[in-house]
Amino acid sequence: MNEPLLTIDGLRVSFTSDRSSREVLHGISLSVERGKVLALVGESGSGKSVTGLTTMGLLPKQAVVTEGTIRFRGQDITRHVPRSLRGAGIAMVFQNPRAALNPTRRVRDQLADVIRAHDRLDRAALQARLVELMHQVSITDVSRCLNAYPHQLSGGLCQRIVIAMAVACSPDLIIADEPTTGLDVLTQKSAMDLLLRLTREQDMGMILVTHDLGMAAQYSDDVAVMRHGEIVERGTPEMLFSNPQNNYTRRLVAACPNETSLLEAPEDAAARQESGPAVLLEVRNLVKEYQSGFRAVDDVSFSIRQGECLGLIGESGSGKSTISRLISRLVDVDSGEILFNGTSISSLSAEDFYRAPQRRQIQFVFQDAAGSLNPRYTAFRSIVDPLLRMGPVPEGDALAELVVQTARSVGLSEDMLERYPHQMSGGQCARVGIARAIIVSPDLLILDEPTAALDVLVQAEVLALLERLRRERGMSYLFVSHDLHVVRMLCDRAIILRKGRIVEAGRCENIFHAPQSNYTAQLLEAIPHFRPAACV
Amino acid sequence: MSAEKHLLPPLVRRIGLRLGAALPALFCVILFTFIMMRVLPGDPAVYFASGPNAGQAEIQELRHKMGLDAPMPVQFLHYLENLVTGDLGRSLTTGQSVARDMQERLPASLELTLTALALSLLISLPLGLTAAWWSGSKYDQFVRAFCSACFCIPPFVSGILLVYVCYYWLGLAPDPTGRINIFLPQPPRLTGLLLIDSALAGDWTAWHEAAGQLVLPATTMALFVIAPLTRMTRAAVISVLGADYIRTARAMGLPTWRIMIVYTLRNALMPVLTTVGIVFSTMMGANVLVEKIFSWPGVASYALDALVSSDYAPVQGFILLMACLFILVNLVIDLLLGVLDPRVSVE
Repeated sequence: MNEPLLTIDGLRVSFTSDRSSREVLHGISLSVERGKVLALVGESGSGKSVTGLTTMGLLPKQAVVTEGTIRFRGQDITRHVPRSLRGAGIAMVFQNPRAALNPTRRVRDQLADVIRAHDRLDRAALQARLVELMHQVSITDVSRCLNAYPHQLSGGLCQRIVIAMAVACSPDLIIADEPTTGLDVLTQKSAMDLLLRLTREQDMGMILVTHDLGMAAQYSDDVAVMRHGEIVERGTPEMLFSNPQNNYTRRLVAACPNETSLLEAPEDAAARQESGPAVLLEVRNLVKEYQSGFRAVDDVSFSIRQGECLGLIGESGSGKSTISRLISRLVDVDSGEILFNGTSISSLSAEDFYRAPQRRQIQFVFQDAAGSLNPRYTAFRSIVDPLLRMGPVPEGDALAELVVQTARSVGLSEDMLERYPHQMSGGQCARVGIARAIIVSPDLLILDEPTAALDVLVQAEVLALLERLRRERGMSYLFVSHDLHVVRMLCDRAIILRKGRIVEAGRCENIFHAPQSNYTAQLLEAIPHFRPAACV
Repeated sequence: MSAEKHLLPPLVRRIGLRLGAALPALFCVILFTFIMMRVLPGDPAVYFASGPNAGQAEIQELRHKMGLDAPMPVQFLHYLENLVTGDLGRSLTTGQSVARDMQERLPASLELTLTALALSLLISLPLGLTAAWWSGSKYDQFVRAFCSACFCIPPFVSGILLVYVCYYWLGLAPDPTGRINIFLPQPPRLTGLLLIDSALAGDWTAWHEAAGQLVLPATTMALFVIAPLTRMTRAAVISVLGADYIRTARAMGLPTWRIMIVYTLRNALMPVLTTVGIVFSTMMGANVLVEKIFSWPGVASYALDALVSSDYAPVQGFILLMACLFILVNLVIDLLLGVLDPRVSVE
């Protein structure tokens, strides 16, 4: 029993098509022990998910293992993972829990499907096992959850169900592929704590695939950093993050926002604070109620000064997206007032707002950078479009000149402009999204989680870009995010929202160093972080 | 049981809303067909006058008797008034009231169409599912070729071919004349669908006879719609196969048949069901060729005969019937979608 639970040795995987073959894993070797967590860290496309899928035997048809072996409990599973092993020996927890569950089948039946695929149980035993599972994943409302369809449950509950599915047949190894992407910090913490507890209790091994260095540091015993299909560095999290040897790891660690990272010199921020420019946007007692009587936004007031960046923080369902839509006037206000430059814009209906002069002054950068671009538009067309619609359109060559100039200011080279969204990376799409918003020189930019889908290195670049644009153009930002570190880096002041109400508001350094409300303290506590200094 | 209590009131309301929303459309259909029938060339009075030598006076009198000399709006109001009381007019060809003709002939058309639909689904669903499962394979290519072949051959050709091969040449099928051997005692009429009526009466000789008569025309019709249904199933299954929950099911080691049927086909059924609604309506209309070939006493051939002889009432009645059927079928499909997909009923 000296052999580790899982050993991967010199694994090479290629994606082949009729014409070409591309190797995506260039000889990966790693091992997982019982009761231990191995984190695979890297940017998207680094091969960390492919490693997980290969182990699971779930590679798409066009991918083949060309070399190397995978051994699980001493058995060679490189090219074929027996069905009895999937679920009962190795189980997987996927990202986007709601999509990972069958939408037309009750949770009870889906869990029962998994159990019955590996075990013959009679009705009573099955029911007992289901209840036991629910308790294991700390679900208290057992019968409601079992009888519900996935869409009737929150993202956090769905993730618990997915975890319950994974542990249903007591596997020895769990592969968690970005298990908390799309969940907010508090839910993320409880899901991860749960996974870790189950791993330790049941003496399982776990492979945690993630792009979040903080999470890797907090929840793993070993970390392997991957890049371009290779493991560039591995070691314990303390070693790796406090004293990274590899150049790439060093860059990753540096780019990862933590409680001390800053974008600009502190004196700049202080200087801006003292000048006290005019108020650009004022929101008074904003209320938005949905038909079901649910108050998404409940009596919210705040203001943004010229050139200021205000952070809006909250978990999913806290109303932060609704507020950003209300201010950008995509949604109608139920009561309350929005003053922009002293004029009320809340009385105009959302349908007519595109005709208002304020339309071009308030612009939006959307969360899903690639998805919010028209797939049939080139980058040029996407960037120029708002200008053509809202004017004033410069004459002749000046138009193309302006687009190129704007693209350059967001760090897009000229040859990028002829590309379509699918030909660009996530970071490049994000830049197009920003260029499209700033080409009409707005006064207020609303940024709805613009970096949520980006890798840390790209995120760092985009944040630096946003900061530079704000200084150069004097724009104000409303920055919506659930990432507290990112908000602290970019924003002067922040608002913490919960259930449509403001829990706490104030200057960022005060909120982060001396939170007034319990909830804020909880949020801060829940962020997984590595403390390079404290680790040594 | 508690689910039912929550389900019923919105369900009833939805049915009501849908039927209410269909009324303006129905009115337009009535108006349109009414005008079309009168704009088209052909004068029923001339057609039905006692003979080719009938005098102008006789035709004029006939016209007056039929109400054709009144201004069109008056005729239309008169027609509406009759409709409300359930009177669809009288067919000049058969001499019976249109409502009665329809009542006699609609079950024949329905029985044929429903059987053909069931048959085509029985073939299309497995074919589409397996083609998608092994998409890109030789088998998938074969299914594609088969569908194209089915779709290319028009029903009147395939119908005649089938009659030639199965009846004339091999002698397997009964003679293609009508729904049931007229010399056989007819089962008591309950639904008008012979298969159901004879089964209810326990008359299995009649059932076999009727089923035998049904095989060829139903196959002819089914062949025509196998292509769209199979292609739709294949496309829907392929998109479902890419979903995250299929990957989850695989990762959890579920048996392949369960992933195929319960996880894939079940979720792919919704677009297929919508297509079924459209296909069914097309089939009801396209019935006419098949009904003609097999001397099937259905509504479509009845309407065609009436159209040829400028017999207004049956044509108008037929189109109205088709419109109502279309609305009903779509309503049923809509409700079925709600049953199939729990997310629909929530919204």
